Amino acid sequence: MSELTDLSISELQAGFRRGEFTPSDALRALEARISAVDPAIDAYLSRDFQTALAAAEKADINLPLGGVPVGIKDAINVLGESCTCSSKMLAGFKSPYDATVISKLRAAGAIPYGRLNMDEFAMGSSTENSAYKKTRNPWDTTRIPGGSSGGSAASVAAREAFATLGSDTGGSIRQPAALCGVVGLKPSYGRVSRYGLVAFASSLDQIGPIARTTRDCASILNVIAGKDFHDSTSLDLPGEDFTAKLGGDLKGAKLGVPKEYFVDGMNPQVRSKVEVAIKRCQELGAEIIEVSLPHTSYAVGVYYIIATAEASANLARFDGVRYGHRAKNPRDLLDHYMRSRDEGFGSEVKRRIILGTYVLSSGYYDAYYLRAQKVRTLIRQDFTNAFEKVDALICPTSPDAAFKIGERVDDPLRMYLADIFTIATNLAGICGISVPCGFVKEDDAHLPVGLQFLGKALDETRLLGIADAYERASGFTTQRPHVV
Amino acid sequence: MSSPNLDVRDVARLARIELTDEEATTFQAQLGRVLEYVEQLKTLDVSGVEPTAHANPVFNVLREDVSQPGLLREAALANAPHSANNLFVVTKVIE
Repeated sequence: MSELTDLSISELQAGFRRGEFTPSDALRALEARISAVDPAIDAYLSRDFQTALAAAEKADINLPLGGVPVGIKDAINVLGESCTCSSKMLAGFKSPYDATVISKLRAAGAIPYGRLNMDEFAMGSSTENSAYKKTRNPWDTTRIPGGSSGGSAASVAAREAFATLGSDTGGSIRQPAALCGVVGLKPSYGRVSRYGLVAFASSLDQIGPIARTTRDCASILNVIAGKDFHDSTSLDLPGEDFTAKLGGDLKGAKLGVPKEYFVDGMNPQVRSKVEVAIKRCQELGAEIIEVSLPHTSYAVGVYYIIATAEASANLARFDGVRYGHRAKNPRDLLDHYMRSRDEGFGSEVKRRIILGTYVLSSGYYDAYYLRAQKVRTLIRQDFTNAFEKVDALICPTSPDAAFKIGERVDDPLRMYLADIFTIATNLAGICGISVPCGFVKEDDAHLPVGLQFLGKALDETRLLGIADAYERASGFTTQRPHVV
Repeated sequence: MSSPNLDVRDVARLARIELTDEEATTFQAQLGRVLEYVEQLKTLDVSGVEPTAHANPVFNVLREDVSQPGLLREAALANAPHSANNLFVVTKVIE
């Protein structure tokens, strides 16, 4: 029998219910695995084994996620645990409450276990912007795991987490999932409450699962979705079983290939793997239709105006008064603010707050922010038009495989362009999922490639069905990295 | 290349962030390149296009006006960098 930590959530739950092992056994095995591999991966910032074990001993395995440990990105509040967003600004912060997704996980019997590394305040695509540690890609530890939910993806890939929660503002779940060879789902805007998620860009942020399989992502979405009066953007929708279309095939599915998502400058090996995957979908019965999203090349520009503008407002709360870092011996209030924020925030966060403040400032608002909001409308219309012809879009998740640690840190614009295929999803508020579709060879490393399916807003059930059909036929999720 | 209109020090002051000389120089150049990149948005004709502020047009979300449990005072103060007598202590505001 394979090791416990190799199991997917559905396999783990089947084992619980057959009495082969208990949630406490699973948690002990997981902790042993973390102790063995995390020194090489550095996905975890902290974890509280005794508290989790107490929960595991009492777990009701008949609940939807009974006894399943779930790792949590360090931007989501778990009562009594640290929540730093990988920033010095929040060093020592202890959450005074559970985020809604955490309350829902607990009610479904899951055990939140461990705080996972990320780019500071979710700003980044490589997890190198963490103030605490650099997480490494389990397929090649000289490379980045993607970001910003890098710890959430690397831990699942390294079999040191069964599943995790991440957050996705411009690709922060799907891109690291692609680069680590696991499955990552960004639900539609409004599907999942963000109450208790430290806000980055409120018109774009969404919480979602990262797991080994599409089925596991669907099971977690079943638990975390729903209206919450603490988040007025969460939608009040009829109950839905997101696993309803799993186990099917692709016969009759209409998949659109957006021609703008195959650009010059993308890694040719990545392109070729995605093209093979599209052919595979066709062999599985899908009808492949070329579509156009004509405003795609504007998405990165729109995103870096809108996301930074919203971030500059959201991060104004870090004033060193009620929580967070406070500079010593301020001369006056202005000095208190300026030094507290200088000392607390890292470079990328400062850069983005400055950019966001600039595009909102008097005299520039119309030229940048208002114009970006108008182009956002055009980008949304592109998707609306495409979804009149197809059930889902199929495209690469990232233009490249995992790059080397340090390779892009001094070139923010190049780093931003790594998000070119994921950003428009958030601007449009639609849903997207990345599933593994093969490997490319870079130097001596075999690096995973992600295939992205995009669905129209609130069409997760169908999207998950399509992703699951491809995933089972292609079999790439069963491959695992060899971590020392 | 640096944007002629962006003065990083001036904007950082608006955002209440102190910058070292080195940071100011680096950010000036990096953000200048980002602004140059977003200039491409100006090539699009957006006349008559409505702006999108939100992915879901949800407005005026209301609930019953009844009190809900909130944070207790001790919990609210627990992360304060400086508190006394059950209050947040702030830096002097009035000269």
